Amino acid sequence: MNIAILGATSAIAQETARLFTAEGASFFLVARDAAKCAIVAADLRARGAVAVDTFIADLGDFATHIAIANAAPQSLDVVLIAHGSLPDQRAIDDNPAAQVAAFELNATSFISLATHFAPRTKTLAIIGSVAGDRGRGTNYVYGAAKAALHTYCEGLRSRGVNVVLIKPGWIDTPMTSHMRKNPLFATAPTAGRLIHDAIVANRAVVYVPWFWRWISLIVRLLPARFVRF
Amino acid sequence: MSYESWGRAIPSTPAHVLPLSFPPLSLPNSDLLLPYGLGRSYGDVCLNNGHTLLDTARMDHFRRFDAETGVIECEAGTSLDAILRASVPRGWFLPVTPGTKFVTVGGCIANDVHGKNHHRAGTFGRHVRSFELLRSDGSLVRCSPTENSELFAATIGGLGLTGLIVSAEIALRKIESPMITAERIPFRTLAEFDELSRASDATHDYSVAWFDSASGRDPRGIFFRGNHDDEGSGRLVRSRSPRSLPVRLFSPFLTPLTVRLFNQAYFLANTHPHPQTIAFDPFFYPLDAVANWNAIYGSKGFLQYQFVMPGSVAEVLDRVAKSQLASFLTVIKRFGPLRSPGMMSFPREGTTVCFDFAEGSPRLRPLLDELDRVVLDGGGAVYPAKDSRMLPETFRRSFPQFESFAKFVDPRFSSTFWRRVT
Repeated sequence: MNIAILGATSAIAQETARLFTAEGASFFLVARDAAKCAIVAADLRARGAVAVDTFIADLGDFATHIAIANAAPQSLDVVLIAHGSLPDQRAIDDNPAAQVAAFELNATSFISLATHFAPRTKTLAIIGSVAGDRGRGTNYVYGAAKAALHTYCEGLRSRGVNVVLIKPGWIDTPMTSHMRKNPLFATAPTAGRLIHDAIVANRAVVYVPWFWRWISLIVRLLPARFVRF
Repeated sequence: MSYESWGRAIPSTPAHVLPLSFPPLSLPNSDLLLPYGLGRSYGDVCLNNGHTLLDTARMDHFRRFDAETGVIECEAGTSLDAILRASVPRGWFLPVTPGTKFVTVGGCIANDVHGKNHHRAGTFGRHVRSFELLRSDGSLVRCSPTENSELFAATIGGLGLTGLIVSAEIALRKIESPMITAERIPFRTLAEFDELSRASDATHDYSVAWFDSASGRDPRGIFFRGNHDDEGSGRLVRSRSPRSLPVRLFSPFLTPLTVRLFNQAYFLANTHPHPQTIAFDPFFYPLDAVANWNAIYGSKGFLQYQFVMPGSVAEVLDRVAKSQLASFLTVIKRFGPLRSPGMMSFPREGTTVCFDFAEGSPRLRPLLDELDRVVLDGGGAVYPAKDSRMLPETFRRSFPQFESFAKFVDPRFSSTFWRRVT
């Protein structure tokens, strides 16, 4: 089984990858930080991965995408696109360049990579977010990017591409280290297990954990004047 | 992610928590630090109230696993559960394991944990080939029995105070199957326990006993012993995720009466010797099947009291029975003579007993202070990993070497426990 992971040092991507090692997987890992990527590669090898190749690139830089696509194995079973960053929305509210950069990293770069890889993989797994289900003052650029992925994945799927869109809620990872934790937070290993299972079961859209489907539904149904969070 | 300790009797109130997901290159030098893994120590050795905890649970990458030699090198936040998942299918097992697999390698070193095979294998620290220690001055020190050997000795059993253990190399043991041949043998006196224990030292890798603490120096109990089933070809059983108790049981559930009834029923259910081949999980980790079994003690939490004495423990058993303060789960084991490389290691040759008591009785602290005196007068020691109440005097007499240890404590590391006992 050949698996490419774009954004391989992401906490939930790592946990997902670990679960595939038991199934005799080979990995092609792409990440920006060479030292961290080497740590992740060694981890997967020691856990039983058949082979692990790495490619160091900044996925936000579209110019690297062709090189990544050329370096990756020709035939893939799973491509997991998991990079991204959650910007501090308040800090970029009045900064057009930072808003555009955040959108490009979290949406446009996914679309570029998905276009490269869709013809070459059995399954395309994309990390979206519940933040894409309803705009909020605290994360609307990130949310808008994830909403774009939602519609994009719907379209790809209706075109016949096997897409699994994963919508995590709050996961305890470095991305959320600044947030106060509450009982709705799930751990990265739990998220990894659910994502692994969703990919294996070839689900179209999966909330991680499941209860976010219902939270999201309720939040979506709230009239706009009540949404002040 | 509340960073409590397992007994929950002492509130955890760190001023800051710094989660680590990859080994850091340096440490913050603004505050006193303490590594925190999976929070399975019972008292306050894993707490740093008012200061900073370094959350190591996601600093858990494997670096190397050699399926030929059974040596695994991994980051310190790696859990024993993660090691078992990778090693058992390849024929390797932990050299020493405590009664839960939801602990980190770093925590096993820092508390120099022991298991049911202490008489054969000694403590966890004996199987640590080397580790990397990040000190607050920014140096990354490789320690082994031959390299920086003093810091190696101070860190094993060093309660996380000598710096951040970043990674470690552990020598696993070979197994032929994931199964254990296990036996349960009832006993009715302390002498019978001793006899069973000494006889089993030669024949069994693993042994431990449960007893009813209400009955004084000649308790009824069940002796458990086992070996890896090396002839068998038992099938690998994938372990299930632990289930959680849905709510905290209210404390009146555990009254002296219910505990006594439970203990009697447990003894009667096990009076017939009962050899069987079982998976390693239920043999080593019966309590792991319930993720939050500590919740059974209700909102006040509970307290474990574990000590070791070179001689007879009869006096302690008498006093606990006389107090009528029920101990729900009481275990007893004879430690063997194998010495740990750790300077501050708790296990030493003799008999160790572990009681657990629900918090709440005003008579509990005086009883434990009294037990401390009996233990110390008998040349014994009280176990820091389970402690939340020992007096500085008890700590000093349990670990007379603590002053030479203190020289190796990193000046920027501390814990609630360390501040309490020194």
